[in-house]
Amino acid sequence: MEISTVAGESSTSATQTTIRIRPPRSRLLAIWNGATPYLFLIPFLVIFLAFFFAPFVYDILQSFYILKHFGGLGLTPPKVVWNGLANYQQVLTDANFWRGFGRVLIFGIIQIPVMMGIAMILALLIDAPLLPFRRFFRLAAFVPYAVPGVVAAILWGYFYTPSLSPIVQALSAVHLPVPNFLSNSTILWSIGNISTWEYAGFNMLIFYSAMQAIPQELYEAARLDGLSEIAIARYIKIPMIRPAFMLGLLFSMIGTLQLFNEPEILHGISGAITPTYTPIIYAYNIAIIQSNFYYGGAIAAILGIITFIFSYFFVLLTQRQTGA
Amino acid sequence: MATVPARQSRAHQASGLIGANTWAPKNLLGLLFLVIITIYFLTPLYWLAINATKNNTDLFSSFGLWIAHFNIAQNLADLFSHQDGIYLRWIENTVLYAVFGGLASTFVSVMAGYALSKYVFRGRRLVFGLVLGAALVPQITLALPIYLLESKYGIANTYWAVLLPSILNPLGVYLAQVYASSSIPNELISAARVDGASEFRIFWSIALPILMPGMVTIFLFQFVAIWNNFLLPLLVLSDPKLFPVNLGLATWNFDPAAHELIYNLIVTGSFLAVLPLIVMFLFLQRFWRSGLTFGSVTG
Repeated sequence: MEISTVAGESSTSATQTTIRIRPPRSRLLAIWNGATPYLFLIPFLVIFLAFFFAPFVYDILQSFYILKHFGGLGLTPPKVVWNGLANYQQVLTDANFWRGFGRVLIFGIIQIPVMMGIAMILALLIDAPLLPFRRFFRLAAFVPYAVPGVVAAILWGYFYTPSLSPIVQALSAVHLPVPNFLSNSTILWSIGNISTWEYAGFNMLIFYSAMQAIPQELYEAARLDGLSEIAIARYIKIPMIRPAFMLGLLFSMIGTLQLFNEPEILHGISGAITPTYTPIIYAYNIAIIQSNFYYGGAIAAILGIITFIFSYFFVLLTQRQTGA
Repeated sequence: MATVPARQSRAHQASGLIGANTWAPKNLLGLLFLVIITIYFLTPLYWLAINATKNNTDLFSSFGLWIAHFNIAQNLADLFSHQDGIYLRWIENTVLYAVFGGLASTFVSVMAGYALSKYVFRGRRLVFGLVLGAALVPQITLALPIYLLESKYGIANTYWAVLLPSILNPLGVYLAQVYASSSIPNELISAARVDGASEFRIFWSIALPILMPGMVTIFLFQFVAIWNNFLLPLLVLSDPKLFPVNLGLATWNFDPAAHELIYNLIVTGSFLAVLPLIVMFLFLQRFWRSGLTFGSVTG
C-alpha cells in the first residue's frame, strides 16, 4: 500500500495515492545480482516466517482439533481429537460471533463516516487560506493520536464515570438531565467517541497532506474563473484527494474489524461489554479465559480471512477506479 | 527528482483574493467549528493534566476542570514508590520495546524494501505479494497463535516475546520500497558499481543516507504502533516486571480492590505516560506529514 504521492511516476496528477497490488516494474536491470537481494531480504523473511506465517499455519492447524471430554464425569483427562471443519462450521453458525461481527459493522457504518466527515471538514478549513491560527488547530487535532489507545480509553472512562465525570458535573450544575454513557444502548457510541477522538486528527493529516500536494496553478485557474473557496473545495480538493481518502478509509475499516483495546478497558466500568462484545474480544475470551484455543483459533482465522478478503477487494476496487 | 511545485506563501495567496475578509460570516462559521472541535480534542488532555495534581479525595469532590489542592509532588512520589516503584520499570520497558523494536524494524524493513525496489530476482513478485497480504491482515489477528508458539519455544514472558514480533512491519517494507524506487537514481548505483563498490557498501553509503527521511517516518509509525500495542503484551507477558506502561496501567485500572485507592496514581501515571509522546509528536510533525505525502520526501 502506498501512503504517498509519487511525484516522479505520474507527472499528470501529483496527488495520485495508489495502492498497488503488483510490484512496480523494476527499472534497475541486474546483470549479476546473484544472492545479494536474498541477503537483504533474509532478516525480513525470517521474522515474517516466525511471526506471521508460522502463527498463521499453526492457527489453522489447531482449529481442526477439539478438546473432548470422555466419560462425562470428568474423571478421565480430556483429549485433543481431530474435529475436521466442525469448528469452522460452528463459528459460522455461532450467534455470539455474528452478533459481535454485526456490532463492529454497525459501529463502522456510523463511526467511520462521522470521523471521516470531521477529518475532511478540518482538513479543508486548515487548508483554506483565510482562517487564523491554522497551525495551532492542526496540532491540536493531531495530538490525541499520540495518546495510546489504552490510556485514551482509561481517560474517557473517567469522563463516562458519573462520580468523576466533568461532563456529569457540568450538566448537573445547570440541572440538565445526565446521560448514562455506559448503558447497553449507549456504550457502543461511547466507544465510537473514543475512536473518533483518537483518529480524526490522524485522518485529517492524511487529507491535509494530500491537499498540500495539489498544484497551485489549479487554484489560480479556478479563482480566475471566479470559483468560490467552497466551490474549489467541492470541485478540486475533494476529488483530487480521493486516493488519500480511500487509504484512510481502508485503515479505519481494518481497525474497526479488530476493535479490542477500548471495549476491553471499558469493560471494567460497564457491564454492557460482554465477553462476546467484538470478534477479537470473543476469540480472546474463548482461547485464553476458557483455554479453548481450538475454537478461539477458528474465530481468529475466520476474522482474519474476512478482513483480508474485504481489504483485498477494496484495494482492487479503488485501483480500478483510479485507473492505476 | 520531480517534485510537487513549491507552494506560494499562504499570505500571498490570500492577498490575491479581492475583497477577502478573514472575519466574513462564512469564515466565522469555519472558525467556530475549529474552536469547538479543538475544545473537544484538548479537554480530555487538559483534564488529565489538571487531575494529575489532585489527591484521591479531590479527584471525586472537586470540580474536574479546575485545580484543587496542588498535590502533584505527593502523587509522583507515591507513583514512583507504589509496588516497589514498578511504574518506572514500566516506562523503561516501554522505551526499550518501542526504541529497539522500532529501530530493528526500520532497518529490517528498509533492507527488504531496497531489495524489492532495486533488484530483479526470482521470487520478487511472491515476496511483494506476501508483504502486501501481511499488511492487509493486522498482526493482532495472529496474537493468539503467536502467544502459543512463544510458550512452546520458551520465549513467552521474556523481553523477546514482545520485541521480536514488533520487528515485523509489512507496511514499512512497502513504504521503503516506494521511497527507494523514487528517490535513489539507478544511475547512481550503476556508477558506484563501475567504481568497484560492493553491493553492501552501495546500500550502506549511498542508499541509506538518501533514504534517511523516509526511515524516520517508518520508525515513527512503528514506534507508535509498539507503544500502543496492548493485546500482544497482554497475552505473552505474565511477569509485571516486563510490562509496558500501557499494560501496567490497564492492570491497575482492572484491579477492583485497589482501583478506588489508587485512582490518583492511575491518573498521574497516565499523564506521565502520554507526555513524552506528545512532545515527540510536536517536534517531529514534519516527518509525519512527509510520510503521508511522499512528494516532500523525494525532494
